[in-house]
Amino acid sequence: METLIILLIGILVAVATYLILSRNIIRVILGTAVLSHAVHLLILTLGGLKTGNVPLLTEADAPYTDALPQALILTAIVISFAVTAFILVLAYRAYQDIGTDDLDALRGTNDE
Amino acid sequence: MMNNIIVLPLIIPIMVGVILVFLRPYVKTQRVISLVTMLGMAGISLYILNKIQTEGILRLDFGGWEPPFGILFVADSFAMLFVLTANIVTAICLIYAFSSIGESHEKMYFYPFVLFLIAGVNGSFLTGDMFNLFVCFEVMLLASYVLVTLGGKKAQLRESIKYVVINILSSWFFLVALAYLYGALGTLNMAHLSERVAEVGQGPLLTTISIIFLIVFSLKAGLLLFFWLPGSYSVPPTAIAALFGALLTKVGIYALFRTFTLIFYHEPSITHTLIGIMAGVTLVLGCIGAIAYKDVRLIASYNVVIAVGFILVGLAVATQASLEGSIYYVIHDMVAKAMLFLIAGTMIALTGKTKINEISGLIRNYPLFGWMVFVVTCSLAGIPPLSGFVGKVLVGQGAIESGSYILLALAFLSSIVVLYSLLRIFLSSIFGETIISVEDEVPLKKGMIISIVLLAIGTVSLGLGAEFISGYVSDAAHTLFNPSVYIEAVLGGNK
Repeated sequence: METLIILLIGILVAVATYLILSRNIIRVILGTAVLSHAVHLLILTLGGLKTGNVPLLTEADAPYTDALPQALILTAIVISFAVTAFILVLAYRAYQDIGTDDLDALRGTNDE
Repeated sequence: MMNNIIVLPLIIPIMVGVILVFLRPYVKTQRVISLVTMLGMAGISLYILNKIQTEGILRLDFGGWEPPFGILFVADSFAMLFVLTANIVTAICLIYAFSSIGESHEKMYFYPFVLFLIAGVNGSFLTGDMFNLFVCFEVMLLASYVLVTLGGKKAQLRESIKYVVINILSSWFFLVALAYLYGALGTLNMAHLSERVAEVGQGPLLTTISIIFLIVFSLKAGLLLFFWLPGSYSVPPTAIAALFGALLTKVGIYALFRTFTLIFYHEPSITHTLIGIMAGVTLVLGCIGAIAYKDVRLIASYNVVIAVGFILVGLAVATQASLEGSIYYVIHDMVAKAMLFLIAGTMIALTGKTKINEISGLIRNYPLFGWMVFVVTCSLAGIPPLSGFVGKVLVGQGAIESGSYILLALAFLSSIVVLYSLLRIFLSSIFGETIISVEDEVPLKKGMIISIVLLAIGTVSLGLGAEFISGYVSDAAHTLFNPSVYIEAVLGGNK
């Protein structure tokens, strides 16, 4: 199971890298979103996939699954949600004002 | 020692920031409340710093979960010196903002976001947990994204997209590093990590993980990977640029010092050598940038880069003297960089021009301002009795002790370049033929000059009063140099 998930993470990272390296700002943003999913899966996998019961001391028998990675991922998902929302709005605003979504055109000149 | 007071530098700005959101139309009220908050926090930080001297390192376990199980805040002298300086500098930048930022910014939540920014900065300095460090970084970064785009000029939008994308990427790399670290060691508490790394030995795997952390924090600190820095630090309004220049890279520097003195200090021949090389290259590239440009804001931004290189030389050689020197230098640099950015912004505000060869003779129109430029030049070049001197001497001493002569040479050559790049501003823009006639003279606003003078007083008194803060600094360096002190304070049980 771990191997499968690691392969999935690899594919997601490859897709994200491809998207981030493109010139279109929306693709870059989607790339960062895909990368964040890859990282969340990575945390889950490295923390150990389901190996035991729910960690409720009196309700279930040992061994318990480590609950911490899930707490970490929950926090990270909220953060990735917030920054993705922010940069989408920023990209839209920049598109309205500058009139382009091409990162090459966003390079800018020294004379402004 | 458990103490609730150390959470205040995080809680107060967030609470006050939330309240200020509701006071949006009342600009004057917002000003007063935000300034009082920052001054109050400076007072609290000073109180905590003194408490640490008598009672030892303080910590707070949130929710009563004892380390290493819960998240905790740890306040040692190193963290508190950073917090104290950051709060004072922010208060002074706020005074500058009152007279320069403009009502449109003030009504668009400028003050709340400054407070959220400082909350993230303080949290990053105080936390004792790696994942919590990530969260505090994000609090700080999200506030900084807003501040860098606030105003929405074309150049701002253009540069901020790059700034935001590069920071999001480095945040996800931070998470990758955290995932590996948790997978390898099964803990995220910094003291516990340090203990476990010491137990199992820092093998190739852990060293690789440490290098991912090095890359992430270098991106934040502008160590070698500073390509995003000059652009994004030169577009926002002056007060915001000064806050960024003074504080944001310092958080990355803090994280580098914490990780590579507390956790990954077993393989200095790999990690610290790498830091040394990166610091050396940063110094060279920063110097080239500082000399190459004529735009005052870009010169100031490249001076930030040079300072980062210099401070990291202290970490690369890692003797007690050099660590002490780096701490002195960080404190000095927060004050002096804020001053440099405020001065650069004021020059542009007064003349409407950004290139130093288009500005000339400001000292005739604004004598006091002209002398302030001279003070900041001397201070950043490290001329005694100003504040840069002590740090430079101690870092130099450390470099000699460990025999890193190349880094020593680069570090001190960079000081000469700093002196040259700033004297160039001084000679061409402050001295020379005056270009502003008496009728066209834009009055220099009181708030602007007051904040610059306050920072000048800061840098002079830090230099003259080095004796006074030496106790705190040597305690901070002692903790950094002996990780066991920190570990004992966190994991040693409730005494």
